[in-house]
Amino acid sequence: MHPFQIVVCGSVVPDPLQTLEPISTPAGPALKNELMLPAILDPWAAHALYEAAHLAKKAPGSKLYLVSLGPKAKLQQVMMTVAQKVPFELVALDGPAGGFTESFEVAAALADAIAALPGLERSRLLVFGGWESASRGAGSTLQCIGERLGIVDQFQGVDDLRIQEDGSLLVMERIEGGRHQVSVCMGPPAVLGWATGNLPEPPNNPQIGMANMRLIMPALQKARAVKLGANDAVFLQVSVPRQLRDTKIVKDLASDEIARELAEWITTA
Amino acid sequence: MDYDRLRELLIMETILFLAHTEPDGTLAKQAFEVLGATMSLKDSLPESILVVGLVGGEFRPAAESIGSCGAARVLAVAGPDFAQPRYASDAAAVEAICRAANASLVVAPSTSRWFRAVPGVAYRLNGRVDTHATDFSVCDGFPTLTRWYYRQRMEATLRRNHRPWIVLLEAGCNPAWQGTPGSCEVEVLSLDLPESSKRTQFIEIHAPQAEEQTIRPDAELLFVAGAGWTKKQADGKVHIAEAEKLILDFLKLSQASLGSSKSLVDMSEEGQAVLPFLTHMNQIGQTGSTPRHRKGLSTCCHGEEPHVVGWRFISERRAVNLDPNCGWARGKTDVLYVADAFEVMAKLNALLAARKEQ
Repeated sequence: MHPFQIVVCGSVVPDPLQTLEPISTPAGPALKNELMLPAILDPWAAHALYEAAHLAKKAPGSKLYLVSLGPKAKLQQVMMTVAQKVPFELVALDGPAGGFTESFEVAAALADAIAALPGLERSRLLVFGGWESASRGAGSTLQCIGERLGIVDQFQGVDDLRIQEDGSLLVMERIEGGRHQVSVCMGPPAVLGWATGNLPEPPNNPQIGMANMRLIMPALQKARAVKLGANDAVFLQVSVPRQLRDTKIVKDLASDEIARELAEWITTA
Repeated sequence: MDYDRLRELLIMETILFLAHTEPDGTLAKQAFEVLGATMSLKDSLPESILVVGLVGGEFRPAAESIGSCGAARVLAVAGPDFAQPRYASDAAAVEAICRAANASLVVAPSTSRWFRAVPGVAYRLNGRVDTHATDFSVCDGFPTLTRWYYRQRMEATLRRNHRPWIVLLEAGCNPAWQGTPGSCEVEVLSLDLPESSKRTQFIEIHAPQAEEQTIRPDAELLFVAGAGWTKKQADGKVHIAEAEKLILDFLKLSQASLGSSKSLVDMSEEGQAVLPFLTHMNQIGQTGSTPRHRKGLSTCCHGEEPHVVGWRFISERRAVNLDPNCGWARGKTDVLYVADAFEVMAKLNALLAARKEQ
């Protein structure tokens, strides 16, 4: 198998267990105490990273980069954990990572960072990322990165990638109704937006962590500042929906009765 | 900013309804829903023009099915190169239609095919794209969009001044257009794909066997299985085989769609006892899907907010759980039955089977 240059795009998002509250700022909506919230690597980007590491391991000589745009301090905090998972080289961009930023601007910053990678060869390039983020959740950034890099072989909702004997890529993408679309691409360059893939989260490996951190800390120190702010969207309202329902608690009903009620409810139009 | 002037400019919109056809040349239900929303948008912007754009192997049945929608133009890119979903060909087709229509607003269904290709087209057109929209209508004279952020944890309403503005609308959010079929004149755009756009070949659609199919987007009911199904029960043992049978029997009898909490799906990766028919495709919640069904029944689910996000678009909700303080239940469901789901589901299956035989 020929070696690849795999670039994973992914950033930080608030820990999913945190309660989020929107606020208004002069620059548009944001999260209350955004910089104080514990963060994680975006879950789908994390899947992409694990898949990329798995592929890099199978194709000796491959190079794996994580290109990440986020507040430098947050990236450093999250990298302490992520770095222990798989070996990679970080390319950090210091800028906002919130959900209300414009995907076009984010894509431009990431694409420029990818294009500037030393020794980049298009014929070996695979651009990975999550098919959506857990913040903006638009699923539009990777396509724009691909367009900016001139890559028209793009896949979204990827659950499986197999490198075939002739070097072609067999890709399975999620489509409607729990099905997969199977396509074959002649080879890199390609953009793959990953859904969950097939791999479990790798266990923490302190040795990998130490090796990664030797490169991650300098990468964070020299992170280029990226200013986003040309978002033309005018947010009229951002709110947390009313979540509370008036729940009727049924405690002392026999299971026969419950089953009857449920059957009635299910079969009533 | 001179909003009156801006509004004057914006109401002269050219609205493109963009759809891809199915393998038989027809339109899917979601396309009719989005056409309904597009027609409402157009009606609210009196000076606007409606254009229809179709992409697919065959377009005539689709064009005829919406022939009476009153579109000023119907554009199509069709042929074998465009029959199957592929980024390069779909993006080229959509770009050609958008340019030919000179569209300022583009409204399209949020299908996997458009989700893959349309954001890239927005880039080519120097436009903007918003996906997963749940509403796109006119408010104070401006096209205004509603969508969710942070995985369905907050809802935003926004508008844009930038054009073209492309919007992908979610399924199940709008009533389908109910107009009558009719003939219409279709302008077929000629598009020669370069070889560089044919490096990817569609192979097949991989679907589970019919009896294994547990994800049914059109089902009335979503059945959510939580991690409790694989935990030790009152006798101190796990009952995986029994749980599997109860759940599969229920799905067969009710034709419900199966969802699962993340913790249950993740167990398979951690080597714990699992329900073999569950995959990440079934996962609902923040890192899974947020399906839209009229009713939802949750069983053996524990949960924090991220999991409960899977409920967000379910109208009527009930839960069966031994824990009356379950996160899926209090304040989230309409009715919580505090009971053993194994017992309840066995009896429910028996009742449903008896009704089916009648």
